[in-house]
Amino acid sequence: MQPQSHRFKQNVSVALQDVQLQKALERVQEGFVDKRAAVVSTLPEFEQLREQGKAIRNHVLDNLDFYLQRFESQVQARGGQVHWAENAQQARDIVRDICKRVGAKMVIKGKSMISEEIALNDALEADGLDVVESDLGEYILQLAQEPPSHIIAPAIHKTKAQISELFYHAHQKLGYTRKLDTVPDLVNEAREVLRSRYLEADVGITGANFLVAETGSNIIVTNEGNGDLSCTLPRVHIVTASIDKVVPTLDDASALLRLLARSATGQEITSYTTFSSGPKRAGDPDGPDEYHVVLLDNGRTEMLAGAFRDMLRCIRCGACMNHCPVYGVIGGHSYGWVYPGPMGSVLTPNFLGLDEAGDLANACTMNGHCASVCPVKIPLPDLLREHRRRQFERKLQPRFARFALAAWATIVRRPRHYQPLMSMGIRILNRLGRGKGRFKSLPMLGAWTQTRDLPAPQTQTFQSLWKKQRGDER
Amino acid sequence: MSARERILNRVRAVTADKNGDDPARRIAEPPRLIRPDLGDDLVQRFGEKLTLGGGSLARVQDLQQAVVEIELFIRDAELALSLRAAPALKGLPWGDALEVSFGPSAGDDLVSVTPAFCAIAETGSVVLLSGEHSPTTLNFLPDVHIVVVESNQLVRHFEDAWIKLRESGEIPRTVNIITGPSKTADVEQTLQIGAHGPRKLHVIWIDR
Amino acid sequence: MNKARIGLFVTCLVDLYRPSVAFAAIKLLEDAGYQVEVPEAQTCCGQPAFNSGDFGNTREIARQVIDAFADFDYVVGASGSCIGTIRAHYPDLFENDPAWLAKARDLSAKTYELTSFLTDIASIDTVESSFRGEVTYHDSCSGLRELGVKQQPRKLLDSIDGVSVNEMQHSETCCGFGGTFCVKFPEISTRLASDKVDNICDSRAPVLLGGDLGCLLNISGRLQRLDKPVRVFHVAEVLADMADGAAIGEGED
Repeated sequence: MQPQSHRFKQNVSVALQDVQLQKALERVQEGFVDKRAAVVSTLPEFEQLREQGKAIRNHVLDNLDFYLQRFESQVQARGGQVHWAENAQQARDIVRDICKRVGAKMVIKGKSMISEEIALNDALEADGLDVVESDLGEYILQLAQEPPSHIIAPAIHKTKAQISELFYHAHQKLGYTRKLDTVPDLVNEAREVLRSRYLEADVGITGANFLVAETGSNIIVTNEGNGDLSCTLPRVHIVTASIDKVVPTLDDASALLRLLARSATGQEITSYTTFSSGPKRAGDPDGPDEYHVVLLDNGRTEMLAGAFRDMLRCIRCGACMNHCPVYGVIGGHSYGWVYPGPMGSVLTPNFLGLDEAGDLANACTMNGHCASVCPVKIPLPDLLREHRRRQFERKLQPRFARFALAAWATIVRRPRHYQPLMSMGIRILNRLGRGKGRFKSLPMLGAWTQTRDLPAPQTQTFQSLWKKQRGDER
Repeated sequence: MSARERILNRVRAVTADKNGDDPARRIAEPPRLIRPDLGDDLVQRFGEKLTLGGGSLARVQDLQQAVVEIELFIRDAELALSLRAAPALKGLPWGDALEVSFGPSAGDDLVSVTPAFCAIAETGSVVLLSGEHSPTTLNFLPDVHIVVVESNQLVRHFEDAWIKLRESGEIPRTVNIITGPSKTADVEQTLQIGAHGPRKLHVIWIDR
Repeated sequence: MNKARIGLFVTCLVDLYRPSVAFAAIKLLEDAGYQVEVPEAQTCCGQPAFNSGDFGNTREIARQVIDAFADFDYVVGASGSCIGTIRAHYPDLFENDPAWLAKARDLSAKTYELTSFLTDIASIDTVESSFRGEVTYHDSCSGLRELGVKQQPRKLLDSIDGVSVNEMQHSETCCGFGGTFCVKFPEISTRLASDKVDNICDSRAPVLLGGDLGCLLNISGRLQRLDKPVRVFHVAEVLADMADGAAIGEGED
């Protein structure tokens, strides 16, 4: 997709006025936050598991070359192929070439954020392929021609009425002519429509929640069973995954799975956890004839080398956005690219640059809720601050903000000048505002006073009162 | 230089000095990681967790009763007494009441019956392996998925399943850990059973 | 017995906006048996520069704070976010400067937010105050998540006869202040403040308390713009029985 992160402020204004979106976002609290809290409270070991999860992911990053090669050799030993892509273009080309070689006409897809990151659907459709998303949320968005607004609940911003409208228009040609108004009816219709597509598809493309170096397995977790059908029925299974997804062993994967569903949906485990290791074996009555894994770098080795290494621990649970007060009122589309919320605000400037996505790093109150729920303890606020440090060094912040900061710092660093200056300023402000106790508007502070009163200073500065009091006592 | 070499070179340039755990050793002998305390009654826990995920459980004493339970469950679901079973279950005393065929599903079976590799008490999950006698399509395409588990197949944690799997030799093409029926909350966060896969998951538990 | 010496970290907002909070803190600490001093060479903890990515100025300001408070047994301040900056972040600023890193760690280890110092270090479990009525409490983010301040202010409030805390929904959700965030993204900030106001009003308590003046200025400003009659005080003012004057944003008229 064309990045819209540079339009963040405009996107926010639109989102805050979008009544449907606001209604949809209210469901994040109940649907994710409360459920996570409930399930975590029943697992006394959860905090230890977070610490262990962090350690496992750090160990992987410290030995990434070893585990990637081990993963590759295990896939190959089981008859699969591993392809390496340095960037989105290479990854798209690898998938396109496979589809062409096998004479594919139709592709069924499980949910994959990497597929979104490399804009795979557009590329495949340009080649004349019929591409169908099978995750219900992704399917809804494909019909709406919209990007996901959440990494695990991509269509969370859509209301039932909007989905009904989309189905009504898209499914008419298939003989479904009734406008539906209940959730079961909508889900059933999608089930029927998509069922035939699974069976028709030549190629199934899925993402990866984890790649297991021990066995060369790709793990996907779903509740719908869509990813599992996508990797079982078509004759070719392609996995699109980033290089950071690898974990050492089945045991390590289990340790992280204990964190993943709890953090994501507040479930102890999803309905389906599926491990795929290569194409079907001799004698297997079903399964794909070919198995490919596309390993994508796309800037991750650069992150590994620098200050954003911790971000590569991410297991894509979405807890950070579920708990982010800002995400909770502006929704995922405001962020303007594939990854929303706190993790997106760290990742997007890494992928697209600070010139495109600089606002994201600043659109955070530093409340720390995200880091406090992150299953692998990524210090998200610190990483956002690191983006700000780079912005500051490159002088990317608005001129006025830079000037104000510099002027403030000059005074603050000189207590002997600071105190008389502030004392004088506060006396004036106090005299102006004493009657009402607050200001309805003040020059230069419109960003505050347009929607909030500004309390007036109580009296004089504490320092001058304190000095006076000490003097009186002496 | 290939993309592979360039990526791996960039990784090698920045991976830490290898003072920490040796990765080759970690794979050869996976360290014991934290395992949640499960209490003592594993069978009860399995049943509770399975039910929590939306599945159901029937406990029987032998294979004969298992077949009776399969028939009852299909009747309760108001479906025709016809099913597709994994070839591994050819030895069940199927009798005459049920119309049974064996093999993978092509999408038109309403009921499937499969064996399991093991059951996990921690999460109330059943673990199914693909293979000549246990097609994966049976786990996802039918509306009702019935899994026959024997009590001696119960393990405590995921990790115990992996120990069993490693002992059994080669990891199969597909390992499915299944915990409940197919579901979705993609429409307004409202839970709906039966998204793309089975609407019902029923475990028949044979006490040995 | 020699009293332990506390250096009061006033915080810039208390210094400028609400000196009564500092006087309240001094009273509470003196009542707890400590000798309290206020170093003159303090201005701000540097957080505005820090969160704007200006680490150079932050470091200089941090050095100033470290020097000003080096000689005290403890440093206490009535703000979770300023104290959080000193405790959680100062050491990170000097990762590559061993001499200053040691000093930053020393300061970090002896610096406390007021209510947690009173309960966790001074072992105070009751305070005397003539304040009466129902209050609701906003948990400021930095205090809550960087310092674990949650039960401490409630425990002290509970010890006052006739004060009860009506918990609001989502008391741990950010009010939208966020330092410079509130003027960089005023629309988002206002929306978060409005949500906070709704939760405060739903609690039906006529008084809002909190431990961070930044949040309280933001919330009271929004409450007043929306003509809500809720009065806002810093928790220290109530605990020290110094909440008999004008609340935040209240005038003489």
